[in-house]
Amino acid sequence: MAERITKAKSTPQKVADEPVDQATSAKQGEKIKAELDDLLDEIDSVLEDNAEEFVKSYVQKGGQ
Amino acid sequence: MAIPKICGIETEYGILVKGASSNPIAASSVLINSYLVDLGHHQGRPDARVGWDFEDEHPDHDARNDSFALESFAPDVDSHLVNAVLANGARYYVDHAHPEYSSPECATALEAVQYDKAGEHILLASMRAAAAALPAGQEIVVYKNNSDGKGNSYGCHENYLMDRAVPFGRIVHQATAHLVTRQIYTGAGKLGGENGVTLPADAPFQLTQRADFFEAEVGLETTLKRPIINTRDEPHCDPQRFRRLHVITGDANMCEVATFLKVGVTSLILSMIEDGVYPSDLILAHPVSAMRHVSHDTSLSRPILLDNRSTITALDVQWRLFEAASKYATEFGLESLGVDVGSAILSRWEVVLDGLETAPMSLFTQLDWVAKMKLFEAYRERHSLAWNAIALRALDLQYHDIRPEKSIFGRLGAETLVSPSDIADAVQNPPNSTRAYFRGRCVAKYPANIVAANWDSVMFDTGAVNLRRVPLMDPMRGTAEHVGRLIDTCDTAAELLAGLEGHDKKDEYHG
Repeated sequence: MAERITKAKSTPQKVADEPVDQATSAKQGEKIKAELDDLLDEIDSVLEDNAEEFVKSYVQKGGQ
Repeated sequence: MAIPKICGIETEYGILVKGASSNPIAASSVLINSYLVDLGHHQGRPDARVGWDFEDEHPDHDARNDSFALESFAPDVDSHLVNAVLANGARYYVDHAHPEYSSPECATALEAVQYDKAGEHILLASMRAAAAALPAGQEIVVYKNNSDGKGNSYGCHENYLMDRAVPFGRIVHQATAHLVTRQIYTGAGKLGGENGVTLPADAPFQLTQRADFFEAEVGLETTLKRPIINTRDEPHCDPQRFRRLHVITGDANMCEVATFLKVGVTSLILSMIEDGVYPSDLILAHPVSAMRHVSHDTSLSRPILLDNRSTITALDVQWRLFEAASKYATEFGLESLGVDVGSAILSRWEVVLDGLETAPMSLFTQLDWVAKMKLFEAYRERHSLAWNAIALRALDLQYHDIRPEKSIFGRLGAETLVSPSDIADAVQNPPNSTRAYFRGRCVAKYPANIVAANWDSVMFDTGAVNLRRVPLMDPMRGTAEHVGRLIDTCDTAAELLAGLEGHDKKDEYHG
């Protein structure tokens, strides 16, 4: 385990040692944020209209 | 050597009727009946039904010994409810108050993912068929989750074939730590605690749907006082040679990667237990409380106590198991998992443990609890919501909606392991490498001559004086390799049965 955890924890270190292209990573960050925004827009549009009634009516008795 | 880890997943879906008041048993029956009638129409028959045969059902048999059975409830088996065998070898029926899809026996964890996803497609087709049959404004909707958030849970159970020679006590002793700690990647995520559990108001999210409901280390029950190791001794195959380990702790996963690891890593650990190489110091002191501690710790840093009085995190238990499994793969090989699938399990397991260690949120497209947690955080921020906002509870449920137009999960761009065409194929056809092949092909080709079928037999009526039961006592026989050509060449069930007799003399295919 010791070996494995050392390896896992060393991963971010290695990344930090490499030259970082700041413009690329900022661009990627924007892209991820834009995708998440789109996803949240979609969630707003498909979430059950009456959330309260939906949650209240969701009762599941008699399961394993 | 460990025997092949034939496996399957049975999922009870949550069910909701919109636009009408209806009890869930009736709704589940309508849902499944609609599917079968619709399927029959496509085949030019009134109904695609082949019924289930209850001859060999003994859900009250206990793996410890029979004296335990009296203390426990046997589930009601009501044969009047719809209960069908599908052409892909699955069982589709009303169990308790839920529609349940029990996948066919699969040869590998990857096949289990394929047939689990096929199940979602079958449930979706059932909803469409029911909507067409119901009055306008009424709809039956199902959810692939395990809790209603109000203290009621329903299961997603796994089954694994094991060698009868392995003492059951060893399985109980050695499988528990894995079942408790695998929650860090099998969890489907949930808001709030249930069954007497209260989570902090400012951090009410937990990894799994099911952890709050486990109250015993070992036992026969599945609906109350649920145990981490279920002792149901109902092998559905030759009881002298095999055991079916029935695992009831898991969540129903939407993410294919999560399902793959849930079944794959568990198969691998069970193979190690069979071969006697489970690490002897990885035994939990208090598994029942650890089950909740692990689920309630989204930081993955809280230690749990081992039997030897040292402490360790769930993540480090999984790392230790990974190390032992890697060594096992080198020394024993991974034939019991399928060699290629076995190495895919190991490499994916490592990637996911690395991710959980360094940047859990990077597993957004692989693990359900991570996806849900990230969504909750983003959605809360956007709308400035408190944790107890009703919209979050709706989101928690709707994540598991399997209708493409409503599913939240379906919008995440989650990583897939199985192609859409392979899933479509698995809706229609059985796996090739287990006895499900024989069952599924017969249901598809000779439906009018099958009186009933179940896991370990198919009963034929060819118009002869006696019905003829074909036993399938070995899950690894009755495969495409064994009987594919015979079924291809027999136009009638009578020809098949005659052919099997000649076949048996040569091959004893059905054990």
